[in-house]
Amino acid sequence: MGNISSLTIAQAHEKLRSKAISSVELVQSCIDRIEQVDSKINAIVHRNFEEALECAKEVDAAGKFDHPLAGIPYLAKDVFCEEGVKTTACSNVLREKDYVAPFDSTTTKRLKAVGAISLGKTNTDEFTQGASTESSCYGVTACPWDTERVAGGSSGGSAAAVAADECIFALGTDTGGSIRQPAGFCGCTGMRMTYGRTSRYGVMSMASSLDTIGGLTRNVEDYALLLSAIAGQDPLDATTSDREVPDYVSALKEGIKGMKIGLPKEYFIEGIDPQVEAAVRNAADVLKGLGAKITEISLPHTQYAIATYYIIVPSEVSSNMARYDGIRYGHTPLRQSSAGQAEEANDLIDYYFKARSAGFGDEVKRRIMIGTYALSAGYFDAYYRQAQRVRALIKHDFDEAFQKVDVILSPVSPTPAFKIGAHENDPLALYLEDIFTVSQPLAGVPALSIPCGFSKENLPIGLQLTGPQWGEDTLLKVGYAYEQATDWLTKKPAL
Amino acid sequence: MATISHDDVRHIAKLCRLSLEEDKVEKFSKELTSILTYIDRLQEVDTKGVEPLKSVTGLTNAMREDAVRADGTSPDALLECSPLPVVDRQIQTPSAHG
Repeated sequence: MGNISSLTIAQAHEKLRSKAISSVELVQSCIDRIEQVDSKINAIVHRNFEEALECAKEVDAAGKFDHPLAGIPYLAKDVFCEEGVKTTACSNVLREKDYVAPFDSTTTKRLKAVGAISLGKTNTDEFTQGASTESSCYGVTACPWDTERVAGGSSGGSAAAVAADECIFALGTDTGGSIRQPAGFCGCTGMRMTYGRTSRYGVMSMASSLDTIGGLTRNVEDYALLLSAIAGQDPLDATTSDREVPDYVSALKEGIKGMKIGLPKEYFIEGIDPQVEAAVRNAADVLKGLGAKITEISLPHTQYAIATYYIIVPSEVSSNMARYDGIRYGHTPLRQSSAGQAEEANDLIDYYFKARSAGFGDEVKRRIMIGTYALSAGYFDAYYRQAQRVRALIKHDFDEAFQKVDVILSPVSPTPAFKIGAHENDPLALYLEDIFTVSQPLAGVPALSIPCGFSKENLPIGLQLTGPQWGEDTLLKVGYAYEQATDWLTKKPAL
Repeated sequence: MATISHDDVRHIAKLCRLSLEEDKVEKFSKELTSILTYIDRLQEVDTKGVEPLKSVTGLTNAMREDAVRADGTSPDALLECSPLPVVDRQIQTPSAHG
């Protein structure tokens, strides 16, 4: 038997229930694995090991493993507030006097209530702003398949941790691809939820009209188990829906015979790595073999998605980042810190300048400035309002498409994981990496990312399945059928 | 074509409460120009008669009781997060008037 930290949720649950293993053993195995390999990938930024072992002891003592997540250790992206645990959004703004949240996010609270065990926090781009985890104040997370490459981002730490067997599952957030793209780069399963399906309460915001909460798991069944525990209305997030949460697990095995799957022609364009295109087209053939009907469709406004996204996101970022002013939490310029020497502040405005300038990294500053510019007098209509109008057209594209098909199939990213530093001096090139993952958020629809092959460099390739609003159960069903028919998940990175 | 000059960058940074070193002014001027030039393609989309999309949920006016909840956290725990001195349960900031 390999290390038990490599088990799926379903496998670990079975072993816990039959007392073949204890939760303490499972937690310890993840801790050992982290100690052994994390120096190579830098996936974890805050460790909560002692607490985790205490919790595991309690769960073992209670001896009840009724819930599939009871006694299962997980890691959360460094933006999920957990009472008593450091949460710093991988930013110097919160790193000084490490912010220790005095309350729980709804998601971690729900996980705690069913007995899941938090091991700590994973690396992310600063305030989730990036697609490579390179803007973290703790340094980049490396891809477990090739440590010279990025794990993706912004949930790069969570994806790398799951791929490297450092935990059984992890939590992430997806605003423009931040769960799906790292899942694709690291060979895990990740889903962006329908906006309003999971609660954003207690998770540090980036762009409030697009941020969604989800996770990264080893396979589709595990994702269904996780989602069942975290989905549903929350009175603390007024944008969550009261729509009933379907039984994701029992929907898995229904099969996909007769299902209509669309291939959007705008997603198979010049610039896409031929290996990625071939892997995705092969996946379409596999689904066809399972009884699905494949048709070509069109999402005509795809070419405007990045431009729309990079107006709406920075606009909302500029507003959300305004709260980091060095007053209620985080970095103060009045004390010496790694962000700078102790300074004096002439007055409150001067204090804001000093706190924010030293605390934020360049990508966050860039977005705050684009957003402030786009929202400023004289530019609002041309940028933000126009972006909201194009957003309506992008949503309309999806509405039309889902009149014809049940699921849309595409790549997650144009290439497998790229080299660390590849886009260092060209932020626009890094934005363009999101080309296949920003339309779904603008339209408010869910999308699943699962492995569908490997490049000749032995890097995972991700397959993206997009569904209609609230169609998570359909996506999981298709993903499960594909996974059962293929064997990509048997491969593990050598670390 | 959008051009964000050095002075534009300084002005925007001031609105953002960010102070920038001169080399950063140069860097951001180039980067913001390239990003906003790319974004200019939005202007070619015909959006006549299209309502701006503000929300995808279809929800309106989610109401709840305006009641104090004690199950989240406490005022003292929130004050404890501040890096500044707390006096009489208030955060002592630099003066707003200099």
